[in-house]
Amino acid sequence: MLEVKNLNVHYGVIHALKDISLKVEQGEIVTLIGANGAGKTTTLRTISGLIKPTSGQIILEGQDITALSAPQRVERNLSQVPEGRRIFPAMTVLENLELGAFLRNDKAEIKKDMAHIYELFPILGNRKRQTAGTLSGGEQQMLAMGRALMSRPRILLLDEPSMGLAPLLVREIFEIIKSINQTGTTILLVEQNASMALSIANRAYVIETGTIVISGTGEELAKSNKIQQAYLGGE
Amino acid sequence: MDQFLQQMVNGISLGSIYALIALGYTMVYGIIKLINFAHGDVYMIGAYVGFAATTYAQLGFFAAMVISMVSCALLGIIIERIAYKPLRTSTRIAVLITAIGVSLLLEYVMMFFVGAEVKSYPQLLSQKVFNFGAVQINMQQIYIIATAVALMVLLQYIVHRTKTGKAMRAVSIDPDAAQLMGIKVDRTISITFAIGSAFAGAAGVLVGIYYNSINPLMGIMPGLKAFVAAVFGGIGSIPGAMIGGLSIGVLETLVSGYGNSMYRDAAVFAFLIIILILKPTGLLGKNTREKV
Repeated sequence: MLEVKNLNVHYGVIHALKDISLKVEQGEIVTLIGANGAGKTTTLRTISGLIKPTSGQIILEGQDITALSAPQRVERNLSQVPEGRRIFPAMTVLENLELGAFLRNDKAEIKKDMAHIYELFPILGNRKRQTAGTLSGGEQQMLAMGRALMSRPRILLLDEPSMGLAPLLVREIFEIIKSINQTGTTILLVEQNASMALSIANRAYVIETGTIVISGTGEELAKSNKIQQAYLGGE
Repeated sequence: MDQFLQQMVNGISLGSIYALIALGYTMVYGIIKLINFAHGDVYMIGAYVGFAATTYAQLGFFAAMVISMVSCALLGIIIERIAYKPLRTSTRIAVLITAIGVSLLLEYVMMFFVGAEVKSYPQLLSQKVFNFGAVQINMQQIYIIATAVALMVLLQYIVHRTKTGKAMRAVSIDPDAAQLMGIKVDRTISITFAIGSAFAGAAGVLVGIYYNSINPLMGIMPGLKAFVAAVFGGIGSIPGAMIGGLSIGVLETLVSGYGNSMYRDAAVFAFLIIILILKPTGLLGKNTREKV
């Protein structure tokens, strides 16, 4: 589905990503975990086209998309829920969702998808006329996810969906991620909350200072001593 | 009282023109955070295009208006592409200085081609004057106000009801997030310049008709006043620019009518200083905070 080959990213003189390679197969949930500043967000932003890599390749469904712009990647059904949600606070919930479907012209289908989003996140249906900035953090996260789903992604990139949310809400969000995956959307999830991420992931990569250091199935990594110590708070 | 109402009518006419120019300032600021100091000169060019269309091509008011708006829209797109786009990632001061450069370029290139002397617009509208009691409204004023209202309604429709308008709002809030929706940021910026410049073109023709005289430096003062209007309304806010434009127009005519027309410009800029001290974000300026 998605393959990243030897990706290098520089911010000026800082070498932020060093030869990152990873693979996400059709239908999987793959997670990329790591500490603050390890390069998780940079990896996602490069995959979605917001950052241009200095070298390396990004291959989506067999096609090289490295040279494509972010909007062109959305057109190819790659969608990202950015870090910090990045909803449009001055616009209504409904307008935010409509923007998610910006590239689509099939009005009837958009309506159907909108109804589906309101089923998935009933709170958004209740607040569709409210400006998005008035929503709570958890509701904003739901809106950001709903907005991304409105483009009908085949692969969804999620950047720290648990950030700043209460534990109960985090569990709810992760249940929803699982159910999105079950309807056929492939997921690449970036998380600091490693235990939560590993519990739903088929496979996982661990990133440290711009390099992938370990990879394996979610279960394997959850049991690994090194991961326990570094990311799961085990002793 | 009658004199006051008369001044209000004059002020609203003048203010409508300021509002049309102020909209361009505020839209461009909203989307790329640039005070486009060349905007007043786009308005001047609009006035000259209208002059050429009416004088040499013998066209009527509406045709001249449309031609001027289209020409200015293209000019706006070209200015953005050539002068501002290459500086998209530069510091804001670099772009600002470039805008001043573009402004001077337009003024003196125009002077080179058409000469520095004042040109007078042909008589396009009837000289009819309507009397409401002691208050007089002439045909020009009716056209100015009607055109401004029609364009503002159109703009509100574009911004709030069309996909393009939603894209413009999304880019002005968060360009990265907008890209993730599939919105092409460069294209949206071009459209914003096109609309803002077209409005300046319309204002140029209206002023030509109202004051009957145009010259290559005519854009400087109205440009600055429209900028004050945009700041007063809250830069980045479209309704703010409309309210700001009308307020500055009324303020100016009241100062001329009751005080001394020598102090007209001083009053506007004193007003700017007062706004900047009391409410720097302007009337409808945004100061939104995001929840994290």
